[in-house]
Amino acid sequence: MLFEAFKRERVEKIFGIPGGAIIHVYDELCSYENEMDFFLFRHEQGATHAADGYARSTGKPGVVLVTSGPGATNTVTGIATAYMDSVPLVVITGQVSTSAIGTDAFQEVDITGVSMPITKHNHLVTSVEELPQVLKEAFHIATTGRPGPVLIDLPKSLQTAEGEFRYPRKLEIPGYKPTLVGHPRQIKRAVELLKNSKKPLVIAGGGVNLSGTAHLLNQFLDKFGIPVVNTLMGHGLNPQDERLYLGGIGMHGSYYGNYAVVNADLIVALGVRFSDRITGDPKRFAPNAKIVHVDVDPAEIGKNVQVDVPVVGDLKNVLEEFLKFDFEADYSEWIEELQKVKESHPLTYEKHEKFIKPQHVVEAASRYFPPDTVVAADVGQNQMWVAQFYRFRNPRSFLCSGGLGTMGYALPAGIGAKIGNPHKEVLVIAGDGGFQMNIQELMTINRYKLPVKVIVLDNSALGMVRQWQQLFFGCRYSATVLNDNPDFAKIAEDVGIKALRIRRPDDVEGAIDVLVHSKEPMLIHALVDPRENVIPMVPPGGDIGQPLLSAPYDKEILQKTRGEQDE
Amino acid sequence: MSETVEHEHIVSVLVCNKPGVLRRVANLFARRGFNISSISVGEAKDPGLSRLTIVVRGNDRIIEQIEKQLYKVIEVVKVSPIAPSPEKRVEREMALIKVQIDEKTKLEILQLVEIFRGKIIDVAKDGMIVEITGARSKVEAFIKLVESSGKIVEIARTGIVAMNRWNLSKKEA
Ligand SMILES: Cc1ncc(C[n+]2csc(CCOP(=O)(O)OP(=O)(O)O)c2C)c(N)n1
Repeated sequence: MLFEAFKRERVEKIFGIPGGAIIHVYDELCSYENEMDFFLFRHEQGATHAADGYARSTGKPGVVLVTSGPGATNTVTGIATAYMDSVPLVVITGQVSTSAIGTDAFQEVDITGVSMPITKHNHLVTSVEELPQVLKEAFHIATTGRPGPVLIDLPKSLQTAEGEFRYPRKLEIPGYKPTLVGHPRQIKRAVELLKNSKKPLVIAGGGVNLSGTAHLLNQFLDKFGIPVVNTLMGHGLNPQDERLYLGGIGMHGSYYGNYAVVNADLIVALGVRFSDRITGDPKRFAPNAKIVHVDVDPAEIGKNVQVDVPVVGDLKNVLEEFLKFDFEADYSEWIEELQKVKESHPLTYEKHEKFIKPQHVVEAASRYFPPDTVVAADVGQNQMWVAQFYRFRNPRSFLCSGGLGTMGYALPAGIGAKIGNPHKEVLVIAGDGGFQMNIQELMTINRYKLPVKVIVLDNSALGMVRQWQQLFFGCRYSATVLNDNPDFAKIAEDVGIKALRIRRPDDVEGAIDVLVHSKEPMLIHALVDPRENVIPMVPPGGDIGQPLLSAPYDKEILQKTRGEQDE
Repeated sequence: MSETVEHEHIVSVLVCNKPGVLRRVANLFARRGFNISSISVGEAKDPGLSRLTIVVRGNDRIIEQIEKQLYKVIEVVKVSPIAPSPEKRVEREMALIKVQIDEKTKLEILQLVEIFRGKIIDVAKDGMIVEITGARSKVEAFIKLVESSGKIVEIARTGIVAMNRWNLSKKEA
């Protein structure tokens, strides 16, 4: 019955691991082999992140199938990751038989209780009769309005129960009616503000990627000549006029991006949630600007910053409405001003003759890989360097755990992205710490011979935390030195994946060239300079207009991580 | 909108009568750090629907968030804020009060019950149970007075139920 519903929902890929409380469902899977592909992972967290990477990169919901108890709890980090970044997942967990629920039976866990605060919706199925309706609702709720994960807990006794399968055509959920059409009066007010603005700025958030409206936004920017910045989740914009694009903002945003926010007189925020990593001190965020906030989730509007013009609606509708307006605007002075700041405060790094700079690797990858490559970054310094030095020109091409900041996300998410985009290059970039959190999924790459490309930026440290310790805790490196890392290239080779280990700056471009052209899965283990910090940096809760623009190297780090002397 | 002034606010929430709804709502309040002062639940007009009446404390911004977050619970069908002004709403709470009595306090309490139009619903030699219904301020005043005359052993309160008055709710609909 489950798979009949999957068929109706055009599910093509399923991610998971079997177990006792879902064994009947897995048995049935054999009869659907020709209709959908199943991918076995080595850890349920891996399967869930993979479904998430599949969903983010394709826009289709990711489907996860796991057993009860530990199988279910292992998905929790993956579900929370998807929830924070509004990613549509349908997670099916096996549950002990209806009669055993509440008895602390073997592998019984109240997963609907556990997952309540990290799902958009969840449901414990109580009868076969309700199953078709419940499944239809699950897909509908996961993918519409503000997307998110939905968990369905399916007791074992119901997996074998017979029932008539009647899939509902239409749904009537009394408490669920997302507002999609933006209010015309508010849209008009927003346009009036734009007409009268001298220094407008669009902030594009994850909502632009989720709603598939980057092309509309590019049009909008070019039509009116409005500069744009994006949040970590909003990468992938490509206005024809390159001067309009000012990069990322927030804690590790570019100086000029944050400068634009602080100096704008009007902010049009599209699908953003004004997280603390973006605003810094909310009182000093965009102090001179009126704010127009467009979001499909009314609860986001006014949650973190005060808004002057709220527009609740789907970005597709709202951008189409914006595009219908015609007015002459001249923001060239403002664009000029921003251009000057961009030139005086560029995003840069200094190369070193002996050590590979992680930024160099990222920036080279950005040059060598084709423009439609999907990049999955992990969490920490590596993620920020990718955000800063990889230029994303396509929507849904940058995957990372923005809201939850889940280390171990990149590798399985990249696998999911490759499964969903077999014809695109998929590049995973991870730090040495996070890579080891789901390293077991290298096996999955080899099992399905998925030509995923992997770069491990190994700075022999839990780098981002080490950076905070250097800057805010007087260089006391508590539990952040990883001077005992394995040789990741050897591990990859042992699994059956081609690998290279590099440690000299001269090797970077050559290695990346091999990586791009490899037809098989391949890993590069890059030993990078452990001293490097992510700059600019706005200290937590600080003023985004006043970032740290440099952070000196701590001379002891080389000794502590690699046992090498600083020159 | 006032960011600083905290006040009490009543929201009436219509929900689908499904397993786990209460838990979802309770979870939401805990998760977002909203403070519930009282909550009452009962069947609503239409079959399959229940009505929760929730009293919360918070500033205007928090109250707005509460309403919006409640709407995100799939089973929540309608969230109706109850007017803050007592002229525009009716509100009732019921309390059962078990109180120890002796010859002297008995009379005092009987008097109070009469003034407050309460009811004696159980009497024994050295104690009784009193029922009192009214706006919360009345219930609280009554409890205070009873406390000063006799020893209260137990109190059970329903929490507030409330509705906007006829004119207001018609305009709203
Ligand atoms: C699962 C998890 N545990 C802990 C953290 C806290 N944390 C944030 S960044 C970081 C260091 C990451 O180190 P690494 O993966 O080597 O990447 P780098 O910062 O060095 O690029 C840690 C431990 C986290 N984000 N996620």
